[in-house]
Amino acid sequence: MRDEGFDARPWVLLAPALLALLLLMVIPMAIIFVFSFYEYVDVAVDRPAFQFENWLWFFQDGFYHYAIWQTLRISAITMLVCALLGYVPAYFIANTTYRHKWLLMLLLILPFWVSFIIRQLSWVHVLGSQGIVNAALLWLGVIDAPVRLLYNEATVVMGLVHFLLPFMVLNIYVSLESIDRNLVSAARTLGCTGWQAFCQVTLPLSLPGLAAGSLLCFVLAGGSYVTPLILGGPDDFLFGNLIYDTIMLELNWPMGATLSVVLLALLGSLVAIYGRFMGLSRLYKSLN
Amino acid sequence: MRTWSLIRLFTLLVYLFMFTPIAIVVILSFNDAQFGGFPIEGFSLRWFYALAENDAIVRAFRTSLLLGLLAAIIATTLGILASLALMRYSVPATNFFNTLLISPVLIPETVLAVGLLLFMRWLDQPRSIVLLLAGHVLIALPFVVLVVQARLVGIRKVYEDAARSLGANPIQAFFQVTFPLLMPAVFAGLLFAFTISFDNITATLFWRPAGVETVPTQIFGMLRHSISPEINALGTVMIVITVGLPLLAGAIARAFARRRT
Repeated sequence: MRDEGFDARPWVLLAPALLALLLLMVIPMAIIFVFSFYEYVDVAVDRPAFQFENWLWFFQDGFYHYAIWQTLRISAITMLVCALLGYVPAYFIANTTYRHKWLLMLLLILPFWVSFIIRQLSWVHVLGSQGIVNAALLWLGVIDAPVRLLYNEATVVMGLVHFLLPFMVLNIYVSLESIDRNLVSAARTLGCTGWQAFCQVTLPLSLPGLAAGSLLCFVLAGGSYVTPLILGGPDDFLFGNLIYDTIMLELNWPMGATLSVVLLALLGSLVAIYGRFMGLSRLYKSLN
Repeated sequence: MRTWSLIRLFTLLVYLFMFTPIAIVVILSFNDAQFGGFPIEGFSLRWFYALAENDAIVRAFRTSLLLGLLAAIIATTLGILASLALMRYSVPATNFFNTLLISPVLIPETVLAVGLLLFMRWLDQPRSIVLLLAGHVLIALPFVVLVVQARLVGIRKVYEDAARSLGANPIQAFFQVTFPLLMPAVFAGLLFAFTISFDNITATLFWRPAGVETVPTQIFGMLRHSISPEINALGTVMIVITVGLPLLAGAIARAFARRRT
């Protein structure tokens, strides 16, 4: 115990978690990579091999490229809508003099605790054929039969926004909260209008939060596949849906592995770029 | 000032956007109608009774509870041990280990799911409930580590050292001093991990063995047909559990803190 050279205790404490990560994450990621070179023989049958058929397929088939484009587009729109919708509430919570500010914070965190699947399907009750909007329009006599409002790209984006908005608001809020209030006062005494002070002082200082929130929204949207299944039509799929279909329905594991590597590279590179410039520690804080 | 009222109005609208759909689910779960949507035909608890008699749902509930409890206990144990190692001892490459512990959140869940599934295939193992449990531990671990580390910052080693210099042996010092101080972190970790496991669907759809359903996958399966009133009732029960549990825990913690001061 008194040995100054090597202390085994922290390693003993770390070992279980590291072992779990090794078995459940590190090795599986390597296996995905290996599987992407395997040969697909038939449904649910593959042969260990080192060949590039899956990759050639991926690079030649325009359908996959379209799926990437669609995924990036939907993720980007989701991210932008989250940023636009999320900034104002974050600003309000950070600056309000309301006595029960904790309540606003609690309401912000509350959606995280409401089941994801319930939050997604709740939109069927709003926009579905038996939803509140159709019911109201029917009752008012504006329409004679329910209108089809669901199952398109807009509702997929809306579902994603509903799921991701709290991440954005929390990130921006944390950033805004850490701004020294005196800076804004100083800008005002030096002759800035309120709007100028916001654009020159508050907004630039809150950019780190905006960036962290945007990254989270983009990456989480880009990796999802359940939302399009519930709120999207047949054409509103994301890259994750291709992976799910390839693995679980077509049982083509080598191709599914290839597509997984692609998704990982796509979203992982965004995280890496972000980490390079902003550092990942801010991201950890925001996930709390 | 006009700008400020606009900001307030906009904030209110965003909150409405967040909560109206959820509120509708809860309201509709008490609807007496035959179908899961509007119009509302009267107040009734019949769909909650129907839930209790639906074997598939009860089974899914049991699976989810068991899975959530086990995943929470394992993930919290792993997370607390690792956090103690990184925060109380000088470990080389602390940053690297921190990033590693948190990295499962940085990988898309779909990819994590495929990876573990292919690993099982590579080992020629069928999908099993153990795989599902291990996967849930993996997904919950980063969140446990984050929550626990935030709480551990406050527990400095000096307390333990003080106990030691007052004559406690290391085990006594741990159980009498460190562990009670750790309790809030333990509870926060357990609660967070449970909620994450209980709520997970993205990876669970990949990992669950044939015939095994958790509550979210059960709801997802039922959605394929139409939204039955039972789904609304189930949603309400889930909301009561995942929202009520942390709120209750928070209230109890606050009550205890008040009594102590």
